[in-house]
Amino acid sequence: MTTPDIAMKKSRVPADLIEIGAMFGLLVATVSFFTVMAPGFFSPGIFTSMAYQLPELGILTLAMLLPILSGGLNLAVTFTANVAGLVAAWILVQVTGDASAGIIIVAILAALATGALIGAAIGALVAYTGAHPILVSLGFMILLRGAGEWFTRGGDISGMPEFFRFVGHGTLLYVPVPLIIFIAAVALWVLVLHYTRLGFSIYMIGSNAKAALYSGIDVARVQITLYALSGLMSAVAGIVMLSRFNSVRIGHGESYLLIMILACFLAGANPFGGFGRVLPVALGLVSLQVISSGLNLMGVSQHFATATWGIFLILVMVIRAPFQQR
Amino acid sequence: MLDQTQSDYALRVKGATKRFGNQLALDDVDFELRSGEVHCLAGENGSGKSTLIKLISGAYSADPGTRFDFGDGKGRDRMTPTEARELGVHVIWQDLSLFPDLTVAENICFEHFVADALKRYDRGASRALARTALDRLGVPLDVDTHVRDLSIAQRQIVAICRVLTGNPRIVFMDEPTASLTQAETDGLLVIVRKMSAQGISVVFVSHRLAEVLDISERVTVLKDGALVGCFPTEGMTQGELTRLMTGRLLETRVQDKSPQGDVVLRTQGLSRAGEFEDVSITIRKGEVLGLIGLLGAGRTELAQTLFGLSRPDAGRIEIGGESQHFRSNRDAIRKGIAYVSEDRLNLGLIQAQSITDNTAMTVLKSLLRFGFLLTEKAKRRLTQDWIDRLRTKAADIDLPVSALSGGNQQRVVLAKWLATSPDLLILDAPTVGVDVGARAGIFEIIHELAASGMAILLISDEASEVLYNAHRIALMKSGSITDYFDPAAITEKELEAIVNA
Repeated sequence: MTTPDIAMKKSRVPADLIEIGAMFGLLVATVSFFTVMAPGFFSPGIFTSMAYQLPELGILTLAMLLPILSGGLNLAVTFTANVAGLVAAWILVQVTGDASAGIIIVAILAALATGALIGAAIGALVAYTGAHPILVSLGFMILLRGAGEWFTRGGDISGMPEFFRFVGHGTLLYVPVPLIIFIAAVALWVLVLHYTRLGFSIYMIGSNAKAALYSGIDVARVQITLYALSGLMSAVAGIVMLSRFNSVRIGHGESYLLIMILACFLAGANPFGGFGRVLPVALGLVSLQVISSGLNLMGVSQHFATATWGIFLILVMVIRAPFQQR
Repeated sequence: MLDQTQSDYALRVKGATKRFGNQLALDDVDFELRSGEVHCLAGENGSGKSTLIKLISGAYSADPGTRFDFGDGKGRDRMTPTEARELGVHVIWQDLSLFPDLTVAENICFEHFVADALKRYDRGASRALARTALDRLGVPLDVDTHVRDLSIAQRQIVAICRVLTGNPRIVFMDEPTASLTQAETDGLLVIVRKMSAQGISVVFVSHRLAEVLDISERVTVLKDGALVGCFPTEGMTQGELTRLMTGRLLETRVQDKSPQGDVVLRTQGLSRAGEFEDVSITIRKGEVLGLIGLLGAGRTELAQTLFGLSRPDAGRIEIGGESQHFRSNRDAIRKGIAYVSEDRLNLGLIQAQSITDNTAMTVLKSLLRFGFLLTEKAKRRLTQDWIDRLRTKAADIDLPVSALSGGNQQRVVLAKWLATSPDLLILDAPTVGVDVGARAGIFEIIHELAASGMAILLISDEASEVLYNAHRIALMKSGSITDYFDPAAITEKELEAIVNA
């Protein structure tokens, strides 16, 4: 039986635009707030430092977004990043003296392959055992952490070749390299999610995997691919972190895990999968970075900045609640 | 006898009116219900049935001019939910609103114990109360079973029992038989008669005309928010009722002789343990083979095997003369098989996603540009094309498909499968939850498809559905095809009797 309130439901395309607009508005609001509150905030120096800091959390969050859209979760994201970084670091420290560009490419490719393989393994387990992704990725998270700590004996691998610093600290046409990587990653995700069969299938599986299967979507293959991509993106984050810190430690970025998940929900991703877009997530991440840098400039403790993120996320959820009646 | 009950009414509604914005959902409708009467509320989607129920149960506030009289000497202009409850008005909506993870007893006694959050939950008392309610209906059901482990029919009984614990006088049941088999429906009708014998007035809202006429004493027909009239059901035919509801006659013409085209599907001795056995059927180009059987006869299981979702233990499937071994339904789709599931809600469509995405889902590959680029534009063009071809009523193709009525949702399902240009279309209960008017529209599409040369396997448990669409009718009983019938040589009543025997 139909009810008369059907006509009131909004259509999806404008809703997406509203979402992007809202997240953009939020960004403008945070930037304006700190421009007024923190003298010297609106300056090239601050924006440059943000451009170097943002990509870590940003790329990790993108790695988390795909599984969330498919109705799952990948808790192993940060440890995949560090294990991939570890592989790259291990290769790089093998060569003493002058590292050639060749060995750096080999190290990067090995790290990417490691990330993708770990992701594919998670995806295959999710697809073929039917176990919940939280359980599977939690298992992997603990496995990777243990293996990484064992390999590094709880310490770190440091002292990367000078040339490798470029990835985390360099600029290309005055633009910081990590920012370029982040923007490229966002662009790739927009392309994959909104303009390919894979992306389409991820959303459909996120809403109703069984119905997607009945319609002839290869659910297992999509799951393996999406977790492999999630692992690949984690590896990108791992490479950036390795270069920025000039070292890799298995616990790097561990505190980001829950923030990444929240950042996805902040930008309107449905916790049960099927809905959420890339650009709002990217804009939301920039807002988080603005808050963190702004408070830092005002001389506020870094811990308080983290607390502020929490307040910010809760606030956005509350504001969003009445609009989110899908 | 008749006079006695007539004087003893349970509810009289006069001039029921409800406006949403500038849309008149209900226009000056009178409705009368006798005590202990089984009454049917009939009408197409959007005719105002739900609105009327919601005014009576207090979910909506009635517009001025409406009068409710519950025979207690007090007239009311509008109802509140609390007041309706006190007067014994209960509504069982189609979704039943049960808690799958709670037990039967907890579900039945839910309102007793949650009404006061601090009241201690008394397990013993709640089980006893649940047993009493079940006894009233004479249904043996373990009160400690979790509701999620029950069949739909059993869940319905739980929902009814919950209502019984609230001392009901008037019970509205919204589409109670939509997902029941014939046998389960019969069981439900027995229960409804028991309630009626205990003085409870039961109002049925149903699309299935046969049972409407079977169980109710009177039927109130609504159309476009207005009252068509209240009629005794005795002597009324399905055709008459359809005409009252839709304003036109439903086409009920038996198909011409079976076409003699090439064989599209042939199965030989197809078997799957515990599901079906030794099934040998053929369907030719342009032919509609009706497969009639009760739920549990193995019809859906057979369809799923033909569609590659499960593998047969023995026997052959031939498509166009070639033996097939499907590893998945993707293989079957590639070979030109399409399957419209009987479970539109969970399997046929992705309810939360848009009409566009649901339509495009099966043919993504053909929409790609440069071999990988999937654009909104391509999806929309396809969807709009199918909306026009199947005359689907959709205000906006970006709306979630759940916003559509049952009949229009089914058109979207058909569109997504027809887009694959199948040679064989398997329709599993294609008019479940589709109202009478829209049903005729779906039948029309089936006729057109067959005429265009598509082979169709029509699975149903409704005699009329196969009778007026199929060229041949196969009867399936406990996993085997036991008999064939010629639609021209059998009546609906005869076929129904054979199926239920």
